[in-house]
Amino acid sequence: MLDATQNHSLPARPGVGYKAQHYSDIMENPGPLGWLEIHAENYMGDGGRPLAQLRHLAERFPISVHGVGLSIGGEGDLDADHLARLKHLIGWLNPASFSEHLAWSTHDSHFFNDLLPLPYTEQTLARVATHINQVQDTVGRQMLLENPSSYLAFAESTMSETDFLRELTQRTGCGLLLDVNNVFVSATNLKTSPQAYIDDFPLEAVGEVHLGGHDEDEDETGAPLLIDSHGKAVVDPVWALLDYTLAKSGPKPLLIEWDTDVPPWPILADEITRADRALTLITS
Amino acid sequence: MTVTQSAFKAAVLDPAATVPTGIVNPDGAAASKRFDVYRNNVAVSLSDALESAFPVVRKLVGDEFFRAMAGVYLRKHPPKTPLMMFYGDAMPQFLRRFEPTKSIGYLPAIARIELAMRHAYHAKDVAPADAQALTTLASDALMSTKLSIAPATQTVTSDFPIHAIYLANTQADAPKPVMQPQAVVITRAGFDPQIHLVNAAAATCIEALKKGQSLGQAIATADDTLDLGTVLGLLLAQGAVTEIY
Amino acid sequence: MSNATKTLVLASAVASAVAGLSTTAVAQENVKCFGVSLAGENDCAAGPGTTCAGTSTVDYQGNAWTFVAAGTCEGMELPAMADGSERMGSLEELDRDLPA
Repeated sequence: MLDATQNHSLPARPGVGYKAQHYSDIMENPGPLGWLEIHAENYMGDGGRPLAQLRHLAERFPISVHGVGLSIGGEGDLDADHLARLKHLIGWLNPASFSEHLAWSTHDSHFFNDLLPLPYTEQTLARVATHINQVQDTVGRQMLLENPSSYLAFAESTMSETDFLRELTQRTGCGLLLDVNNVFVSATNLKTSPQAYIDDFPLEAVGEVHLGGHDEDEDETGAPLLIDSHGKAVVDPVWALLDYTLAKSGPKPLLIEWDTDVPPWPILADEITRADRALTLITS
Repeated sequence: MTVTQSAFKAAVLDPAATVPTGIVNPDGAAASKRFDVYRNNVAVSLSDALESAFPVVRKLVGDEFFRAMAGVYLRKHPPKTPLMMFYGDAMPQFLRRFEPTKSIGYLPAIARIELAMRHAYHAKDVAPADAQALTTLASDALMSTKLSIAPATQTVTSDFPIHAIYLANTQADAPKPVMQPQAVVITRAGFDPQIHLVNAAAATCIEALKKGQSLGQAIATADDTLDLGTVLGLLLAQGAVTEIY
Repeated sequence: MSNATKTLVLASAVASAVAGLSTTAVAQENVKCFGVSLAGENDCAAGPGTTCAGTSTVDYQGNAWTFVAAGTCEGMELPAMADGSERMGSLEELDRDLPA
């Protein structure tokens, strides 16, 4: 159990997922941009331009390190080599925040480059808690855990996702990363209420909020099936869900995620401006 | 009723497999199209990673062929680490054995060049040695002198004109490749890897230096087509010599 | 070549290599570009759509292979295909380091 009162934190301002093609725009014309998020795995090389860029960016902006490959929900042990790489990166960069996903991506030494789902049971709860404790002990700081986008359910699940996450914060002292788009995607796909999810969510543990775009499809029964593609602008119902969340939680660091079909900077700047307005709305 | 990650994994990689029992839609019914989301994510993201990692191989075989081949590769060689920037290290061997590509003799070496470029891009930053130090050494001492070579420095040797093929597929004005054996050395001065045409003797000599052999030993490993002045000049100019000892 | 000759060759090679350096431009370090950094990046996005690549079975069964290498391979006129490469002895060469 780690002390959650460490002073690492992101400012309650808009941030953006960093893409190398936006380096000059970000340095020269950041607008209301308050911080940047990077995917940890892209900075685990030995050197070269990615690390040099990161060093320059970190001099200007608080950085959030967002891991996408640790497989915290995996049945097997955490990958010791990968954990060591993470510890090295966090030790070198001393970022404002570190987060990972409630998901698994590695099994039997094979990595699938996707955030795969897990059932919510006492057994998986104990396993994930053990992994979070191991991560926090290794990197020497609190981590935030992100709620996933769900496309399906497990018949074996015995608890809700919000109860599962709350219990993890209590057992490990970890914080949470609330992805509002994921809430909307999961609620639509699983026919539940996104507002009820936010009502049940332990908002006091939230250290960061994610916003992103999704694709629309349908399953074989004709039911809507939303895909968390991060390839579009944030839709109005997700902005509305953000307002609903912030009204309850107070200001939080907000991240715009855009990973596929990455647009030119002005389009991302518009999303950042809109996130900034959402923050202004609740503080005024 | 427990869906193990082994069962999930097997079904994700094999589109013909049935979806594990216990994976359901919100009404409690089987959810095959919902499971397909994960099948798609895994296949698309790994294929995309291979496409961006091997642009020249892709250009050589065509987009449609490469995409289909990526589907075979990713199932035969799923990533062993979460670092997508290094995914595809088995591609040269794969291309050599894969029935539809095994007759295209130069493809494996082109894949090796593309892997080397990526490894060079992410290689450790090192400070070049002062080349003038070499001029202060007596002729005899030079024979037993060793050079530390920057980790970005890699060679690829082939019976095919791989440098010309690489250039013809990456530069608009490059001449058409003519059949001949070629070797290349990849270096990284600053942040951008560069590919240089050398001969096989130069590549052999550079590999010997990388292994920690002395200049005298490295010369002895190469045949008399070695132009040592050019090799050393290239390495020094590219900041690829990091220590003289 | 005698050792003495080799020593002389080495000394003159070193001299010419170092002498040539003064005219070589120093590489500029441009941190603003992104070079090959786009190759194989990790992210946490889901792929678009729910079908195609992940659910197609024909595309990875060797016996059902229907694709033809149709890129720039075609226009190179190298003796690269089975007949030519046999003449070059290149496949043997390339196969040497394969695990059994």
